[in-house]
Amino acid sequence: MLDVLYFIIPITIASAAPLIFTAIGGVFSERSGVINIGLEGLMIMGAFIGIIFNLFFAETFGAWTPWLSLLVAMLVSALFATLHAIASISFRADQVVSGVAINMLGLAIALFSVKMIFGKGQTDFIQQKIPRFNVPYLEDIPIIGPMFFKLVYGSSIIAIAVAFIAWFVIYKTPFGLRLRSVGEHPMAADTMGIKVTRIRYIAVIISGGLAGIGGAVYSQTITNDFGHATINGQGFMALAAMIFGKWHPLGAMGAALFFGFAQALAISSSSISFLADIPAVYFHIFPYVLTILALAGFLGKANAPKALGKPYVKGNR
Amino acid sequence: MNVMSNRMINILVPAISIILGLIVGAIVMLISGYNPVVGYTALWNGIFGDTYAIGETIRQISPYILAGLAVAFAFRTGLFNIGVEGQLIVGWFAAAYVGMAFDLPKIIHLPFALIAAAAAGALWGLVPGILKATLKVHEVIVTIMMNYIALHVVNALIKTLSGGGFKLERIKESASLRSEFLSNLTDYSTLHYGIFVALAMVVVMWFILEKTKTGFELKSVGFNENAAKYAGMSSNKNIVLAMVISGAFAGLGGAMEALGTFGNMSSMGGFTGIGFDGIAVALLGANMPLGVIFGATLFGSLKYGANNMPNEAGIPVEIVSIIIALVIFFVACGYIIRVGLIKLNNKKKEAK
Repeated sequence: MLDVLYFIIPITIASAAPLIFTAIGGVFSERSGVINIGLEGLMIMGAFIGIIFNLFFAETFGAWTPWLSLLVAMLVSALFATLHAIASISFRADQVVSGVAINMLGLAIALFSVKMIFGKGQTDFIQQKIPRFNVPYLEDIPIIGPMFFKLVYGSSIIAIAVAFIAWFVIYKTPFGLRLRSVGEHPMAADTMGIKVTRIRYIAVIISGGLAGIGGAVYSQTITNDFGHATINGQGFMALAAMIFGKWHPLGAMGAALFFGFAQALAISSSSISFLADIPAVYFHIFPYVLTILALAGFLGKANAPKALGKPYVKGNR
Repeated sequence: MNVMSNRMINILVPAISIILGLIVGAIVMLISGYNPVVGYTALWNGIFGDTYAIGETIRQISPYILAGLAVAFAFRTGLFNIGVEGQLIVGWFAAAYVGMAFDLPKIIHLPFALIAAAAAGALWGLVPGILKATLKVHEVIVTIMMNYIALHVVNALIKTLSGGGFKLERIKESASLRSEFLSNLTDYSTLHYGIFVALAMVVVMWFILEKTKTGFELKSVGFNENAAKYAGMSSNKNIVLAMVISGAFAGLGGAMEALGTFGNMSSMGGFTGIGFDGIAVALLGANMPLGVIFGATLFGSLKYGANNMPNEAGIPVEIVSIIIALVIFFVACGYIIRVGLIKLNNKKKEAK
């Protein structure tokens, strides 16, 4: 049993990290009242940019390359998310439709560029991967030490930190209060002098940046190249984690870890004796079924932000 | 008479979106170092170049019509069905399974396979419909999740049925939509009778919405749920019904692939994309049955014609996916195009 956990938990944490970044991005956007179905497309963009930057600059920056790749992926995806912001905030587009367009556009641009640059459907493999660390002191704790704190991807540690920072920002700072109020009751917020449009723009751009990091983490820890199936639903799973986590940063992190666990089981169930008889398909569909159950209220009440999906028009009731 | 009517604007918004999409597509080609004129010529030839291409283009349009109908039908009842992709996949599977597993005379087998596909799609639409009607769960998220459940479940079923393989057996001849006549007519393309099934469904959608009491109720719920309720209509029943009918259209879209184009089903690494393109088709067609034919013709043609671009112009096919995504984006931003048109219109009025 313990052997199984030593095996499963590192995979869980590695698979969860990209979901955590992206789901937290979703929390920012949706807490401000803007639906972001486009997380998948933003993640694809991040994964693509991360790999491209890594491949082209590995010789210049050496071991720093994967970290800089994350940064560049964040910037590009944030810029890409601005499109969604303009459409859904300023142009009052249907936010779901705009998100669908972002998903299609992200994949199309990434694949178009890959074929243009490499002349084939996927990129080469990167040489500079995100490094793994042993967390000092914590790794010496018996049993849990080696399980959780040995050879952890640096990005996973950042992911956990980002979740706590997001919690602090959303619940303990004036900006967070404004963000939440804009998503619950934009008119009341506007009356109090909060700039609804500006806050929503910032929120959507943050969500783009985090989804970009999420994508780049995925491509630089799990696949190490980029092709048409690299992300394949991770963005939607992050969306599911956000809902399952009830639009709360720490809840989203917990849900992402849980979904990471399901993914780890799906990958490795055949090599674990007491799970080998369960077909992998159950583990594959587990996160999605769970999200539907959560939405249906079977797992406690989850309340979406009240103004979610509604464009704010000054003066309208 | 330079004054634009509302109706005129409704037609202009999608038209402008298409033009903008094509212009931005051209800019993308320019930036990437390709010649847009050569690119679009290759696209044109890919669509209309010869009778074979025309046959294949029409073949590609059939599932697009059905996917578009599915999205449009749900939209008319005020529901956003992003689950067309999943409903299409289960429909594809059901048709392929019935097609290969039974031995029946054609007159029974083919309708049976089509009905199985529609029923599977309807079942996949039923779940979000019931959740929306009874528990007020938003259909967008549920349908997205149902897409992934469909993908994984169907892949697992294919694996089981084929004894660990990745492909179902071919369907029997008696369940096939293939047509020697249509194929010969178009220089041996894979054009099949599916296009007639798709067009018949356009009529069905028009008939349900415009000529039946049910259709009136569905539209009423879409316009204003509270008013419909006040008038004594059951919005719950109509929501479930709309999702079921929408899912059935999508399932038939899958049957086009199973019984016509491919004749079997292989396990899938990702989505077909037809369901998502259906959203574009419906939006462009303003959710009207005739509009869907128009949208499906445009996007189906673009999608098939794109296959000629790498050969003739050396441009990756994904350029067309970029254009389609841009068109959706611009249609979604219809509000601002509308505002622009009205401003332009008012200026003209003042000038008079």
